[in-house]
Amino acid sequence: MSFDSLIQAILDGVLTGGVYALMAAGLSLIFGVMDIINIAQGAMVILGAYLSYALSVHLGIDLFLGLLITVPVMFVLGMFLEWGFIRRLREGDRTSMSILITYAFAIIIEGVLTVLFGTDYDQLSASYLNSSVHILNFYLPDIYLFGFALAVVLLGGLYVMFFRTKFGRGLRASLQNRTAADLVGINVNRTRMLATGIGVGVTAAGGMVYGATSAFNPDSGYDLISRLLAIVILGGMGSIGGAMASAVLLLIAADIVATAWEPTWSILVFYAAIILVLSFRPIGLFGARAVRSQ
Amino acid sequence: MSATAGTDPAAAPGTEQGTVRSRSRLAVRLVVVVALAIGILFPLAENSDQGTMSIAFFALIFMASVTAWNIFSGYSGYLALGHAVFFGTGAYTIALTANDWHVPAGWSIMWLLPLCGLAAGVLAIPLGLVALRTRRHVFVVVTIAFFFIFQTLATNLSFTGGTGGLQLPFLDWNYDVYNERFYYVALVLVVLTVILSWVVRRSRFGLQLMAIRDDEDRARGMGVRTTRVKLAAFVLSAIPVGIAGGIWAYFLGSIYPQSAFDPLFDIALALMGFIGGIGTISGPLLGALVLESLQQKLTQTFSTDGLYLIIYGALFLAVLLLLPRGIVPSVAERVRSWRARRPGPSASAEPAAGTGVAGVAPQ
Repeated sequence: MSFDSLIQAILDGVLTGGVYALMAAGLSLIFGVMDIINIAQGAMVILGAYLSYALSVHLGIDLFLGLLITVPVMFVLGMFLEWGFIRRLREGDRTSMSILITYAFAIIIEGVLTVLFGTDYDQLSASYLNSSVHILNFYLPDIYLFGFALAVVLLGGLYVMFFRTKFGRGLRASLQNRTAADLVGINVNRTRMLATGIGVGVTAAGGMVYGATSAFNPDSGYDLISRLLAIVILGGMGSIGGAMASAVLLLIAADIVATAWEPTWSILVFYAAIILVLSFRPIGLFGARAVRSQ
Repeated sequence: MSATAGTDPAAAPGTEQGTVRSRSRLAVRLVVVVALAIGILFPLAENSDQGTMSIAFFALIFMASVTAWNIFSGYSGYLALGHAVFFGTGAYTIALTANDWHVPAGWSIMWLLPLCGLAAGVLAIPLGLVALRTRRHVFVVVTIAFFFIFQTLATNLSFTGGTGGLQLPFLDWNYDVYNERFYYVALVLVVLTVILSWVVRRSRFGLQLMAIRDDEDRARGMGVRTTRVKLAAFVLSAIPVGIAGGIWAYFLGSIYPQSAFDPLFDIALALMGFIGGIGTISGPLLGALVLESLQQKLTQTFSTDGLYLIIYGALFLAVLLLLPRGIVPSVAERVRSWRARRPGPSASAEPAAGTGVAGVAPQ
């Protein structure tokens, strides 16, 4: 492996890491706020990709402009998930049951997408998808640069919302102590519903960038969810900055494995990360409960 | 879950309560005998219809698998979503050994089935050691990760045949006895697995498992060696699933990474367990019988994959919301409250605690 291909792998890892952080942010947020593991996150990414696909193919709407439609749609879907199902679970075994509920959600999403779009692979298309910036010996595809910028903006926005607004304070209060939050006049149910909506809404943006950078079909979600879980576990469940850092780290590692060894084995980096982290440092590299403690 | 049978002031004296118990025990025995008879005689009645026989075969495979899954997940309360690893391991074990050792097609291959169980059980030891270091909801994530690791391995390693999968020795059994023979092999596995589940449930070991489910810290405080008990149950529950995978692979004649390591298998076990009622003996059997038959019928009727997925997912959601404790515990609760309300000395006020550790829990 030459030095140049190592640098290229690292650059690719940083840029794709941004895309993956965007996809994993919702998972991390929803877990951090409610102890809910959203197994449907992968399916929701794919749903976001298909929404952008439908808008651009049938209505000719630009991918980034289309986010103004797909993000609100997914936001409503997330609120429905919380209001219709998560809220009705008993406190004791909520986390386990949430895994089953969201798994069922994933299956339904896959089924609907299969009926609507078939099982063939699709990919988003736009003029800026095939252009790239050429610096020295390295190629940086435009879409990855855009995706990375989008990730930084959206994740930065989430961070500000969490730690610099009244809503964010209410959110953090309602997960530190539900009863106390109730007593000081925070509408915990509404706060949780909005948080789930925001988490799923951000996923729509992740889905668009994913669909623009890789081919997808309705069951691509299964492949994604394991990587996203690895990112969130490594970054510390609930930490948005941790998700960004661990996504970049994992993607760099995966790219190096793919370049030096074989692309099919790069996925094992993610699984190895899950098992190593959970075995030796169950709270994640960047400290779990970051949302709660800060 | 406390059994408050003795605290009811109107509780009947021991002898009469004993009559009720022995009467319900008699009923349970009767149900077991009738179910077994139906199981054995079923192929004779359905001799002509091979489609129904293959549905029945798949139902039995799942009845055994869910019962085995329940030995770990139902009794310990740890939700495992990676048992497809053991199913696939069994399937690949039988395919690899039958090919490498040139076992002639026919009954002799069935002797490889214990090996499938052994492979799954041995594999469960390291997997369990890693996964059980974590607590409940993280455990679920680790089992899912294991599942994907093994699917990746089966797809990418060279000896597994990659995406092309593996072929098993061709079995030239006559068309009308083929399904029937496999049906009986699967039936034997179901009976053995149910016996295993029953023995575990009645044993001190089973009691320890259920104590872990109810309150792990307290169980440890009482001297239960929680890690060892959980690991033993994990291994025990992997073995029949491996054997089921072996039978399934030989029945189909060829296996692929996507079908042997199927994420829907993981979720099917949990769904069937939850529908029937986890932690009981009859619940997983009932859930698997109803759901797998329904699913096979659905796929035979609607060829479109998508529609079947939607129905399956929606059904799953409905069960989780409406019957979170499953059919058997809910029905058992109804029966018990009906019995308690009935006038007469035989009123035994068993509490509604569905899958209680003590007392006459639903079977």
